[in-house]
Amino acid sequence: MALSREQMAQRVAREMQDGYYVNLGIGIPTLVANYIPEGMEVMLQSENGLLGMGAFPTDAEVDADMINAGKQTVTARIGASIFSSSESFAMIRGGHIDLTVLGAFEVDVEGNIASWMIPGKLVKGMGGAMDLVAGADNIIVTMTHASKDGESKLLPRCSLPLTGAGCIKRVLTDLAYLEIHNGAFVLKERAPGVSVEEIVAKTAGKLIVPDHVPEMQFAAQ
Amino acid sequence: MAGFDKRVYSYEEAMAGLEDGMTVISGGFGLCGIPENLIAEIKHRGTRDLTVVSNNCGVDGFGLGVLLVDRQIRKVVASYVGENALFEKQLLSGEIEVTLTPQGTLAEKMRAGGAGIPAFFTATGVGTPVAEGKEVREFKGRQYLMEESITGDFAIVKGWKADHFGNVVYRHTAQNFNPLAATAGKITVVEVEEIVEPGELDPSQIHTPGIYVDRVICGTFEKRIEQRTVRK
Repeated sequence: MALSREQMAQRVAREMQDGYYVNLGIGIPTLVANYIPEGMEVMLQSENGLLGMGAFPTDAEVDADMINAGKQTVTARIGASIFSSSESFAMIRGGHIDLTVLGAFEVDVEGNIASWMIPGKLVKGMGGAMDLVAGADNIIVTMTHASKDGESKLLPRCSLPLTGAGCIKRVLTDLAYLEIHNGAFVLKERAPGVSVEEIVAKTAGKLIVPDHVPEMQFAAQ
Repeated sequence: MAGFDKRVYSYEEAMAGLEDGMTVISGGFGLCGIPENLIAEIKHRGTRDLTVVSNNCGVDGFGLGVLLVDRQIRKVVASYVGENALFEKQLLSGEIEVTLTPQGTLAEKMRAGGAGIPAFFTATGVGTPVAEGKEVREFKGRQYLMEESITGDFAIVKGWKADHFGNVVYRHTAQNFNPLAATAGKITVVEVEEIVEPGELDPSQIHTPGIYVDRVICGTFEKRIEQRTVRK
C-alpha cells in the first residue's frame, strides 16, 4: 500500500533531532509537526518572520497580526522570536536551518528540483522555495512517486523549470524513501507492502537497488 | 510641523507627491501588516502606471488588489501573486506585467536598496528561470547570482506604534517586509495604530529608526484574515 499523507509525515518526522530548527513547507510537510516524537524539542521556522511557531490559536486567541507563511493564524510558543523578512531569509540563506521539508513536482538524479512552475499554466510565484532549497543543506522532498497518470516524478532530468539545481539529496514518496548519490537514486526503504518491482517501474531516473530494502514500519492505527 | 515632527493628519497629505509612473514599495505579507489606508488613498488619488514592489498583490477587493480595479498598476515585483482572480485576468491579458522574485531575494533587494548597496550575490535562483540574463559568479567553489537592489519613489509601511520622530515598532508577524520597505523609499510613509508620546518607546526596542521615515499617520485598520485557522 502506498503511504497516506499522514504516514509520509510520520516517516519524515523520524528525521527530526532534539534541538533542530526546522522549516516545513505547505501541504504534507505541514503535517510533520503533528508527529514530532515525544520528549523531543524542535523549533519551527515560518519564513514570514517567526521562529518558534506554536499551535493554531483558539477562537479567542485569533490575532490578524500573528500568521504563518501559509497565511494561517498561528501562535508563538515559549522561546519564539519574531523578525523581519530579511532576517528570516538570512537564517535560511545563511544555512542556519537544520532541516527543510518541502513538496515538489519533480526531482532528478542530479538533485535538481522543480516545484513552482508548469509552463502553460498560470504561474503564481515561487514564494520562499528557491531560497529554502538554495540555503539548506539538509532537505527532504515529499511528493507522490508518480503522477495520477502514472508518470514518474523521479527523473533522469527535470522537465519543468527548476526551483534549485543540485540541492536535493533525500526524497520521501508515497512508495519509498530514497537518497541521491553520484547521479542516481538509491532505494533505502519501501512503503509497507510495496514491492521493489513497483518502485523500479515507477522510477524513470537511474535507480540503485541494494540487496536488502527494508520495509518502513508504522505502529498500527 | 517643525524639526523632527513627522506627523501628518490626513491621508491626502500622507501620499502627497505621488505621481503617475512612480515605483511604490509596500510592506506586508499576504494581508498581514499591509498599509491598508495608504493603499486606499492611492486608489482614491487615481494614480496610474504604478510599479508596485510587494511580496504579494493583495486579494480581490482588499489590499493592493483594490488598485487593480481601475488598472492603476502597470508592473508588480512580487514573490507570490495567487488568491487574486482580477490579477490573473490582467496578467493573462497582458495589461499587467509581473516580475516574480524569490521571497528572500525580494527582502534583500529592499534591504540592500535602503542600505546603499546596488547589488548583491546570492545562491538563490542559480540554474532556474530567475537567473536568465543575470551575471553568475563563483565564490569559494559555489555559483552565485547577481541581484540588483530596489529603491522606490515611495515606501508605504504599516507599523503598530510610532512617535512623532518617526520611530516605529511593529506588532508580531505584521513586521515582515515593513522595516525593509521603510528603508528603501525616497519618501517613506508609515501608518500606525497609535502615535505615542515622545520617550514612550524604548530606544533599544525600535524596529525602524525615524531617520528612514518622512511621514507618520495614525489610522484605523480592518486587518482582514486570509486563513482563519483555529484549534478546538
